[in-house]
Amino acid sequence: MRTTQDVTELAAITKRMRREVIQMITEAKSGHPGGSLSAAEIIVTLFFDVMRHDPANPKWPDRDRFILSKGHCCPILYAVMAECGYCPKDQLNTLRKLGSIYQGHPDVRFLPALEASTGSLGEGLSLGLGMGIGARLDGRKSRTYVMLGDGESQEGQIWESAMFGGFHKIDNVVAIVDYNQIQLDGFVKDIMALDPLAEKWRSFGWHAIEVYGHDIAALKNAFGEAASVKGKPTCIIAHTIKGKGVSFMENNPKFHGTAPTREECEKALQELA
Amino acid sequence: MPTKTKYELKQGAATREAFGKVLVELGRSNPAVVVLDADLSKSTYTAGFAKEFPARFIECGIAEANMMAIGAGLASSGKIPFASSFSVFAMNKGFEQLRVTAAFPNVNLKVVGTHSGISIGEDGPSQMSIEDLSLACSLPGFTVICPADEIATVKLVKAAAEQVGPVFIRAGRLKVPVIYEAGQDFTIGKAIQLTEGRDVTLIATGLMVAESIRAAETLEAEGISARVIDMHTIRPLDREAIERAARETGAMVVSEEHLVDGGLGVRVAQVIAETQPVPMEFVGIQNTYAESATPEELLDKYGLVARDVAAAARRVVKRKR
Repeated sequence: MRTTQDVTELAAITKRMRREVIQMITEAKSGHPGGSLSAAEIIVTLFFDVMRHDPANPKWPDRDRFILSKGHCCPILYAVMAECGYCPKDQLNTLRKLGSIYQGHPDVRFLPALEASTGSLGEGLSLGLGMGIGARLDGRKSRTYVMLGDGESQEGQIWESAMFGGFHKIDNVVAIVDYNQIQLDGFVKDIMALDPLAEKWRSFGWHAIEVYGHDIAALKNAFGEAASVKGKPTCIIAHTIKGKGVSFMENNPKFHGTAPTREECEKALQELA
Repeated sequence: MPTKTKYELKQGAATREAFGKVLVELGRSNPAVVVLDADLSKSTYTAGFAKEFPARFIECGIAEANMMAIGAGLASSGKIPFASSFSVFAMNKGFEQLRVTAAFPNVNLKVVGTHSGISIGEDGPSQMSIEDLSLACSLPGFTVICPADEIATVKLVKAAAEQVGPVFIRAGRLKVPVIYEAGQDFTIGKAIQLTEGRDVTLIATGLMVAESIRAAETLEAEGISARVIDMHTIRPLDREAIERAARETGAMVVSEEHLVDGGLGVRVAQVIAETQPVPMEFVGIQNTYAESATPEELLDKYGLVARDVAAAARRVVKRKR
């Protein structure tokens, strides 16, 4: 695959990925567009610039790993993995259909290039920390990136794993919180507020960085900073906009888990042209 | 190996102690073996491994859910993790993580639950795992093992380490009689027939195996010839051994230190129903939680001693036509 460090090019890829997400979910007639769109820059920057990985050799032991702990946002991950060459682009529109490798939530049985099966919230960071210890025991350079949702951060296991990662100083793991402020039932602040989120992570022994999650240059810097921090894991709190890139989806709780209609799809694709 | 007619049943180690011992052996022979514990290493006997291999021992604190998923992550990076806690915490608190991060992606995680059943004793029912076999068997792909003595534990834990895929091993706190000779072979999924018998089969797992041997001796004196089978692997079940025993003896008692609902007995009954229907009786915990007392008092009160197995055998023999 062709990687790039160029911010403009990464932004162009991100826009294409957003279009894929809209088309996939429209075709599937169900799914979670909002959190896929908010995570787009982060996942594109990781796969096309930051991570050391090889789609031609997906089980390379020294690879960097990515776990989408907020598994319901898999359309953006599938689109990016297909763009990288892990899996066929021409099947993206089979999302959520019988026999598709693109299951409703990530499932390694159907898509072995995934690092983990996720979907039950709260579990991906523990998995990533296990992979981090594995790499440390073997002296491998491999780093593990775990994307969490903000709503997901209400799960107790997130804080069990946060305590574990800080205590064991697992500095080859990076958690990224897609802090888009919205969960299924509405705004995070009204359901179970998380703030002060960065302070929480710091108090659990993590290096915390706050960044605007749609600023690719800032994301690159944050990932660079995370790699330079030794003796503690890093949590990047990415302030994002749910539904980013499509005007009528932005900050709209409805599009947490509702597929666009055909008309809405057309309109979204025009905006993402 | 030919079956013996007389078992000495000398007091041996608890299966948890044997687990701790074999874990150290595994640590020496296989650098991929890592161990996770949730602040119970002195009780689960993983402390021996921790002492010899501190870098490969991962203390998770009192957070079993996290521990199971950390273990799954280690398995995904090529390790052979053994995650251990009291069975009730490993299985009940870790169940969702075992489901999503171990069973569903079929990772090579080994879970060892100690202090299973009611024979933990004085600590009482919050610490007693009486549903762990049922839970483990509801995780597709999990192999489920319940050794009866220290020899069985050593052999089966080694076999579990060699097998690729998720495994649950149930161990106990109480010292239990030694049934096996050191040279006994164990194969996961292959039951062991301990005594010959024509009139009834006593299938048992865990500490109920020794009780079933004792029951068979009592029955023998009454003229009832009982075949004793150690069903050390709950899944995959040895269907062939069950079917043959049903065909050859015509009656069956299944005994387990576990709720009758959802345990070994109902799984054996399924095989019997599908292959060779015969009268059956079930010895186990009946729809209740136990209480604090000595292990011996509890096993007696809740109907898990040789007397209860023998009584069930007499009942089932009467039901034969």
